[in-house]
Amino acid sequence: MTTTTAPAAGAVAPRQHTAVRRPSLLRLTAVELRKLVDTRAGRWLLITIGLVTAAIVTLQLIYAKVADQTFLDFFGPSLLPVSVLLPVLGILSITSEWSQRTALTTYALVPRRERVIGAKLNAVVLTALASVLASLAVAAVGTLVASATGGAGTWQFDWSLLLNAAILQVASVLMGAAFGLLLLNPPLAIVGYLLLPTLWAVLGEMVRSLRGPSGWLDTNRTMEPLFSGDALTGGQWGRLAVSLLVWMVLPLAVGLVRTLRREVS
Amino acid sequence: MITVENLTKRYGPHPAVDDVSFQCEPGTVTGFLGPNGAGKSTTMRMICGLTAPTAGRATVSGRPYRDLPSPGREVGVLLDASAQHAGRTGREALTLSAYTMGLDKREVAAKLDLVGLNAVAAKRRVRAYSLGMRQRLGLAQALLGDPRVLILDEPANGLDPEGIFWMRGLLRDFADRGGTVLLSSHLLREVEAVADRLVVIGGGRIVAQGDKNDLLAGGGSLVRARDGAALRRALDAAGLSATDGTDGLLVQADAETVGQAAADAGVALAELRPAGSGGLEQLFLTLTAGESTREAVR
Repeated sequence: MTTTTAPAAGAVAPRQHTAVRRPSLLRLTAVELRKLVDTRAGRWLLITIGLVTAAIVTLQLIYAKVADQTFLDFFGPSLLPVSVLLPVLGILSITSEWSQRTALTTYALVPRRERVIGAKLNAVVLTALASVLASLAVAAVGTLVASATGGAGTWQFDWSLLLNAAILQVASVLMGAAFGLLLLNPPLAIVGYLLLPTLWAVLGEMVRSLRGPSGWLDTNRTMEPLFSGDALTGGQWGRLAVSLLVWMVLPLAVGLVRTLRREVS
Repeated sequence: MITVENLTKRYGPHPAVDDVSFQCEPGTVTGFLGPNGAGKSTTMRMICGLTAPTAGRATVSGRPYRDLPSPGREVGVLLDASAQHAGRTGREALTLSAYTMGLDKREVAAKLDLVGLNAVAAKRRVRAYSLGMRQRLGLAQALLGDPRVLILDEPANGLDPEGIFWMRGLLRDFADRGGTVLLSSHLLREVEAVADRLVVIGGGRIVAQGDKNDLLAGGGSLVRARDGAALRRALDAAGLSATDGTDGLLVQADAETVGQAAADAGVALAELRPAGSGGLEQLFLTLTAGESTREAVR
């Protein structure tokens, strides 16, 4: 070991760096994107999302009625499993820093924590948008196969469907990230994310006086129109906005404050 | 250069760090000593902007840590070698940091090589690393941005004797080239060999700090006689306070004074020498003993 010390000496000589700039948000976003795929857990989550989408289209090809084997019919259902799994990605992106204790390194390198959070949100939003492209691709393959195997294979498509899909997936992943920021603990955040809105939905069904507010606050109901290809009505936009304010913006804001103040150890 | 001014951290009514001030100059290695739970790690986290202090402030190279544009280029930090994602490879952990700092990828290979993690080790996931390997990886991470300051919390933990020797050489060299090193340990022997200055903390307060040699000299003398009781009486008569050391009495006076006191009382000595590093150890023990027992029952 002593022999390695001598040549190594020059490499650790401290030097004054000239004009060191802070890392750009773009760079930090690239780092966070890399973190999503550089562990087995993250990679398999993304692969699972892809596989489930492909599986749904395959099932449709085998079991759906011939007339229902259109591009739209492939695209719509492929969004659902993705919208369930993306929040998990959002949650893990935020909380794994704490559960794996990498926050110590991350925030030592970028002490302005809000920039790291911003980069993480950028990364998961980009992933959500990429998932929409993946859904489009899988639906296109499904349509091609359908037209070759006697399915309808119709290519009819509506731009509002694409917009709805993008909003659906971005909102899903951000809701997950918001719960992650708020609870800062993977199992707690995943359970909280899955349980709280569902609990609210069940309450809304059971308690008569809650039925009115539930229509505005139950994300299962307010996001449902996004699965269809129709443009949302003003009322539907309003309900969606209110529900996202409560389940996405509010936990994001509180969670951000919590993360900024938290002691990293 | 690290400047710590009146740093205080309270958790509820209990102060974990209480009014701590010290300075680490370029070209020196400062040993930050104290028993476990004395407040070393909390102080270091406050310096690095990871824990908000209740009062006081700390600067690195003249600026609060949070105001450094790219901290990794100015100060290398290793606070906990276990704080790595178990599922990432060693190389990947460094690559992420290198990307963040905008460094060339070659730096990753160079620093892995420097700390003695070979290509096989670099490709393994951190989960499979021993504590010693994690320390080396953490040190590589700290050195990655070629900083001028190093802040290392218990870096010798888990290193084998050869590794500790190697790390001492690396830190000594870093300081000799003008770098600033703050190095914590709960073992005096570990930092004694490499530190120029010592800051001793116990129960959240600084109990001693200064030049290592001064503190060593302040260690007094070690004296031993076959008739221990007579020796003690002789020292008492001369007004010298003595404490039981590991192999004799430890006296807060130089050897000449102690010898004279023994001669005056007609006590035959079996041994008389400057306490040296043994004295520093004694100092460390006495300075922190009360604090560590308090820690144990808290």
